[in-house]
Amino acid sequence: MYKDVLRSIEGVEMYPIISLLVFFAFFTVLIGWFFLADRDRLSELAALPLDTSKGEERDDE
Amino acid sequence: MTTNVIEEQPARVGGKYQDRFSYDNAIVRDFSIATIVFGIVGFLVGLIVALKLVFPDFLGFIPELSYGRLRPLHTNAVIFAFAGNAIFVGVYYSLPRLCKAPMFSKALSKIHFWGWQAIILAAAISLPLGYTTSKEYAELEWPIDIAIALIWVVFGANMLGTIYKRRVQHMYVAIWFYLATFITVAVLHIVNSFELPVSIMKSYSFYAGVQDALVQWWYGHNAVAFFLTTPFLGIMYYFIPKAANRPVFSYRLSIVHFWALVFIYIWAGPHHLLYTALPDWAQSVGTAFSIMLIAPSWGGMLNGLLTLRGAWDRVREDPVLKFMVAGVTAYGMSTFEGPMLSLKNVNAIAHYTDYIIGHVHMGALAWNGGISFALLYYIIPRIYRTKLYSLKLANFHFWASTLGIAFYVLSMYFGGITQSLMWKEFTAEGFLRYPNFLETVTQIIPMYAMRVVGGLLYIIGAIVAVYNIWKTARQGDFMGEEEDQAAPLLAAPRGEGLHRWLEGRPTQFALLTLVAVLVGGVVEYVPTMLIKSNIPTIASVKPYTPLELEGRDLYIREGCNNCHSQMVRPFRSEVERYGDYSKAGEFVYDHPFLWGSKRTGPDLHRVGGKYPDSWHALHMQDPQATSPGSIMPAYPWMMEDRLDYSMIGDKISAMRTLGVPYEEGYENRAVSDLEAQARKIAAGLTESGMDISYDHEIVAMVAYLQRLGTDIRSDSVYAARHAKVTTRLEQGSGFDALYALTKPADLAAGKAIFEAQQNLCYTCHRNDLGGQVGPNLTDEYWMHGCDTGQIMTNIKRGFPQKGMLPYGSGKALSDEQLHQVASYVLSMRGSNPQSPKAADMTRANPCSSDTW
Repeated sequence: MYKDVLRSIEGVEMYPIISLLVFFAFFTVLIGWFFLADRDRLSELAALPLDTSKGEERDDE
Repeated sequence: MTTNVIEEQPARVGGKYQDRFSYDNAIVRDFSIATIVFGIVGFLVGLIVALKLVFPDFLGFIPELSYGRLRPLHTNAVIFAFAGNAIFVGVYYSLPRLCKAPMFSKALSKIHFWGWQAIILAAAISLPLGYTTSKEYAELEWPIDIAIALIWVVFGANMLGTIYKRRVQHMYVAIWFYLATFITVAVLHIVNSFELPVSIMKSYSFYAGVQDALVQWWYGHNAVAFFLTTPFLGIMYYFIPKAANRPVFSYRLSIVHFWALVFIYIWAGPHHLLYTALPDWAQSVGTAFSIMLIAPSWGGMLNGLLTLRGAWDRVREDPVLKFMVAGVTAYGMSTFEGPMLSLKNVNAIAHYTDYIIGHVHMGALAWNGGISFALLYYIIPRIYRTKLYSLKLANFHFWASTLGIAFYVLSMYFGGITQSLMWKEFTAEGFLRYPNFLETVTQIIPMYAMRVVGGLLYIIGAIVAVYNIWKTARQGDFMGEEEDQAAPLLAAPRGEGLHRWLEGRPTQFALLTLVAVLVGGVVEYVPTMLIKSNIPTIASVKPYTPLELEGRDLYIREGCNNCHSQMVRPFRSEVERYGDYSKAGEFVYDHPFLWGSKRTGPDLHRVGGKYPDSWHALHMQDPQATSPGSIMPAYPWMMEDRLDYSMIGDKISAMRTLGVPYEEGYENRAVSDLEAQARKIAAGLTESGMDISYDHEIVAMVAYLQRLGTDIRSDSVYAARHAKVTTRLEQGSGFDALYALTKPADLAAGKAIFEAQQNLCYTCHRNDLGGQVGPNLTDEYWMHGCDTGQIMTNIKRGFPQKGMLPYGSGKALSDEQLHQVASYVLSMRGSNPQSPKAADMTRANPCSSDTW
């Protein structure tokens, strides 16, 4: 039955192609970013929650 | 605007101007209290429904406390009241601290808090009263839906406002998860809640059948993703580093985690509908994306766990880390199990069983529950400026909860698989090994009992936690406003790459998240939404009659869909057990769909015409009477309460607005049609000895049940089966002049046949032959003759108009077996059954009579 469903949508062959392209682009950008990101900046960001400018230190330290 | 700021007087600290401001701890405390209160309530309701599966008459048969109404209360309470409030605790604590700015508006915080609690209260009242849409985790009726949308926007506005006013350039990854939560839940809730109100507390889903199912599970799945996962991941990314006092393992990974998760999760919904009438391609897309989800989920889990590298010794001592680690590990287990369950061959076994309940509770109890309690253990001592009252009690809580989860989950795994294999087992001769569904239920009741033990342990742990937290608060000194200071934010630096540009801009960021989420929705769902006219229409499928429609609304009110599916999957074991598999075109008038997701009881899609009306009435009144050992609750009130069909005209009109082809003006004739059909059914029931007036709820219920799945079955299957019997009888194999067998072995065989559940004799005559719907078989009065051959012929032919199928169940017995069972019946004459049914002297004659 799904064949009838799909056949009746105009230009349905574009759907899988669009999905593939969207995915490819999305993850390409993500991988690109992954390798290009600046290490120092990242560790700076990672420490954001730990900002201990005032009385946030743990009791057990 | 902020009212809580000790207004931003710049102070000179270390050569820099610093703004001074303070965080609102009161709202965090309030949400914490709500989390605790509703957590305990939600758990207790869960315990009650679990007990009801072991002791079906636990709490008596009070409509408001019946299983079908309490189960949605449990799920809504733990998801939206417990986990929901816990999310707000986490957000209202961490967001201002990450932004170095107080929450945008104290007034909005207050509206959010009280609004959310009011919604919970409305749910707690309306669900037991039977006001429900039946759509899982979206059961609340339309006025409450609107309130949810409004309050959610208040929450979002408060959050975005805070982010805009932040003093930290970068939005830490936890904030991304919070933002994605806000945006996606808003979209999900609004799209899934399209419904047409009929009255103040009744509406019909805008979508029907397949489309309704698809939208519902797109919602249901992503409610898990964006209500129970992303906000808790945000909490994980803030509180694990805080509690361990070290930065997250890899910030790079956390960003990949976020985008991949948000992008992929939204597509996976159809894995809830494998092997259903949903188009195949949509099922396959759902499976593929579910498998892909392992990558980001495990990336996140590892990122959380590896943050603790070198600090594992602390996990042993700190209850916060303990619960976090157990929670994140359970998250990893659930997110591996989920994709595995999305494989069609695994799903074929696990779906509709309690395995899924186990799977859900692994995530719910350990991940959501664990993280929530970790949150409280972290925050409460800090806002009360003290230490946790007792580490010992916290450790007890941890072990009680872990052990409870193990009991709970393992018993559900074991029970689920056991039952599924029983459903599917065939004998060497090609018959179902367990043709009676009930056998597969009674088999796993010990597992249900074990689940109760597990749940009880978990609750005991939680109560100890509440005590511990309360004592902590008592010994502490509440700090309503917590001061902090930070340098004001300068204009954002420009031209430093796409991501740097993005991460400082909440609006653009939120929009991009929205796009990522919508891509999945659009590509996957638009084709299915557009195919309305393409779901193969089946000419014989007709709209429900007014009485059936009212019956369907009762089915929804009582939450029957919590235990009964209406979706026969195309497996031999299901077709054999239930009848022809379900077709997409059969559901085109179902607003909402009622496919269900769990089979604590059998599938009902082909139940129409399977049993006599009187069987259904009796079964609803006292399930144990027709099905000894049944754990279905009784619905005695349906026998007594009058059907309120004053709205039927409006209901018909509403349905027509939604596209159901009732002819123009039918709403005016609906009442008379309804009454005519009801009188006919009531007359039949009266004839079977049940004194029921036409205007009682049970009549509508029976009408609906008898309609189910009959549109495309026609009576051809049944007629063919019946014709075969008649032919054989006509060919001269009558049983004249047979004497009753007397050998004990034959009588024992006859007794076994009579009592065999699949032969259904007992459903009308009782196992002791004392009669119930059908006549007493032990007395001297017979309607159709009392010699051996006559009884055999009667069994063979049945009395279909009276509700007795050929051979009782429609399944053939050999002549020898007929002889045995008839002899057994005769041997039971005068056996004094417990509550013998009086003979209907208008139809029966004494056995000695020669009027036959």
